[in-house]
Amino acid sequence: MTDIALGRALRLKTSLLDQSSRTRKRNFAEKRFELYGMAAVAFGLLALVVLLTTILGNGLSSFRQTFVTLQIELPQAKLDKSGTGDLEAIKKVSTFGYAPLIDTALEQTMAQLGITIDGLSAKQAAGIISKEAPAKLRDAVIANPALIGTVHEFRLLANGRIDGYYKGAVTMVSATRDANVSPELLILADALKAAGLLATSLNPGFITDSDASDQRPEAAGLGVAILGSLYMMMIVLVLALPIGVAASIYLEEFAPKNRWTDVIEVNISNLAAVPSIVFGILGLAIFINFAGLPQSAPIVGGLVLTLMTLPTIIIATRASLKSVPPSIRDAALGVGASKMQAVFHHVLPLAAPGILTGTIIGLAQALGETAPLLLIGMVAFVKEFPGAPPEGFFDPASALPVQIFNWTQRADPAFVERASGAIIVLLVFLIAMNTVAVLLRRRFERRW
Amino acid sequence: MDEIKISAQDVNVFYGETHALQDVNVKIRDNTVTAFIGPSGCGKSTFLRCINRMNDTIEICRVKGDILIDAEDIYDRQVDPVQLRAKVGMVFQKPNPFPKSIYDNVAYGPRIHGLARNKPELDEIVEKSLRRAALWDEAKDRLGQPGTGLSGGQQQRLCIARAVATAPEVLLMDEPCSALDPIATAQIEELIDELRQNYCVVIVTHSMQQAARVSQHTAFFHLGHLVEYGETGQIFTNPQDKRTESYITGRIG
Repeated sequence: MTDIALGRALRLKTSLLDQSSRTRKRNFAEKRFELYGMAAVAFGLLALVVLLTTILGNGLSSFRQTFVTLQIELPQAKLDKSGTGDLEAIKKVSTFGYAPLIDTALEQTMAQLGITIDGLSAKQAAGIISKEAPAKLRDAVIANPALIGTVHEFRLLANGRIDGYYKGAVTMVSATRDANVSPELLILADALKAAGLLATSLNPGFITDSDASDQRPEAAGLGVAILGSLYMMMIVLVLALPIGVAASIYLEEFAPKNRWTDVIEVNISNLAAVPSIVFGILGLAIFINFAGLPQSAPIVGGLVLTLMTLPTIIIATRASLKSVPPSIRDAALGVGASKMQAVFHHVLPLAAPGILTGTIIGLAQALGETAPLLLIGMVAFVKEFPGAPPEGFFDPASALPVQIFNWTQRADPAFVERASGAIIVLLVFLIAMNTVAVLLRRRFERRW
Repeated sequence: MDEIKISAQDVNVFYGETHALQDVNVKIRDNTVTAFIGPSGCGKSTFLRCINRMNDTIEICRVKGDILIDAEDIYDRQVDPVQLRAKVGMVFQKPNPFPKSIYDNVAYGPRIHGLARNKPELDEIVEKSLRRAALWDEAKDRLGQPGTGLSGGQQQRLCIARAVATAPEVLLMDEPCSALDPIATAQIEELIDELRQNYCVVIVTHSMQQAARVSQHTAFFHLGHLVEYGETGQIFTNPQDKRTESYITGRIG
């Protein structure tokens, strides 16, 4: 009786039009929480923007390179002494045989244009051309021996410092303190540019060429690294997808739920959290030291990354198998399908988008992994392209993230630009893979 | 009149430590609709799932005793549950068509059991099954469309057609109308009455009115016991057991 009277008395006093202090407090707490969330998102976005602007700002220029165009005479007397056009004889002439040709051509060009710069000898002037240029010239001649005995126009890489001058990294002031370049050389470059013989243009070599040594950043490319990464992804896909999916189907649909499967389940989850460098040590011990597979080879990298990716794929696959409603299994079993038929005809198709997404996310993770590859020797300087698969899997190769790591270690500042460019390439691959994952999920997702 | 189709002898079911069903003895007639009624958790669905061994899929479930269909023990070691389930079709509480076309839903059972030798035969089975489930007129022009796009009542009839397509002798229905509206329910009930001519139908229901409307025999389960079993009219008008009377008059359950 008193309770009811009390309740009525309270109710009479309150009005809906003015908020009680409790309500105000609660509303304020809600607003505050919303702000926290927005601040967190804003912080994340800001970090992303800073990251992207830094990388794009530093790296985009690596896709363009400064080239010098020269008319080079290729005398038969020097390049093919026998005069027979025999390829083996031509190959005997090393890059040292080609370097003077370039020097001469540069000297003649300067003379023709009437460029004379005080304090710059002909030998010093040759420093404007990359040290890689003679090798490129030799490759061109070997690829087309008919060039011998003619005068032909070649586009040669400019020295990294000259390139840096046009990208803003090198100035006249810094050149005075630089052993690799001098202000006079920069003046020569400007003169050549004015004559239209020196220009900065798109450099496909950054994607297709192999790595270059410390002294010639201008020639360094990602070809071997991209190929190595591609080979490893092929190995990971071929091994991890079937093994992971088979293991998940067994664990989720067939295995009895007992202590053993519990232990396995916990350990798979733990495996996903193991630091990647531990997998590298495992790979070194088992695949290289015990099984005797070659160092620096994509096959070993692929196997290590497979081990790393397996838990990710298994967890994703099991989650998507779990999300298939049990009523579908009941329905299939109810019409007399065997357990395997129920799984393969009904459960697996419904789980496929989730499995594919998980696999691609796992692959993307593996693509960006560096630490385990360092331990199995993929950090080595590799100049030769690996062969075609499957033999190529056993040839030394590099990998994209390791190449980035490698370039950031180099002394020459021009490699900073290279490393940023390589990050852009890696990011493009990752974004492409994630897009494919999203598209696949959209395409195959089915409602029930 | 009708012969005995299913005969259960001293059936006991355990879920781990829980004794879910105790000493159930029942004889179910052919060409009859038999309804299982009782409050939630009384074991009626458990018993239904014993008849096509769907309980096999639940790991902690153990079944003791014998269930005979046509005098053959379905829990015999030589019996393959997959073969049994083709003979004992099941319709579930929630309509659960496969996310495939209407045609494929019905054709799936015949396909995996090899009931049709060629496409025309399969077409015939599909048409016959859909007709039997009173869905043919609504579905014949949209056989290629997904079964999940049908209304709830149509989906449940599709599930009945799917169950019928494997040419079963027994049809088990686990609360087939509980997710449906009254109109769809009325259609399904009418259909159940027609199905009686060809099958032995066992239906679990929460609705006593439904049991009274569609069944000829009724079994009342309570706390894991089969309390009373007899002709529907007798159960509802003249129950022998106090618990049955309490339940149908609404005092328990």
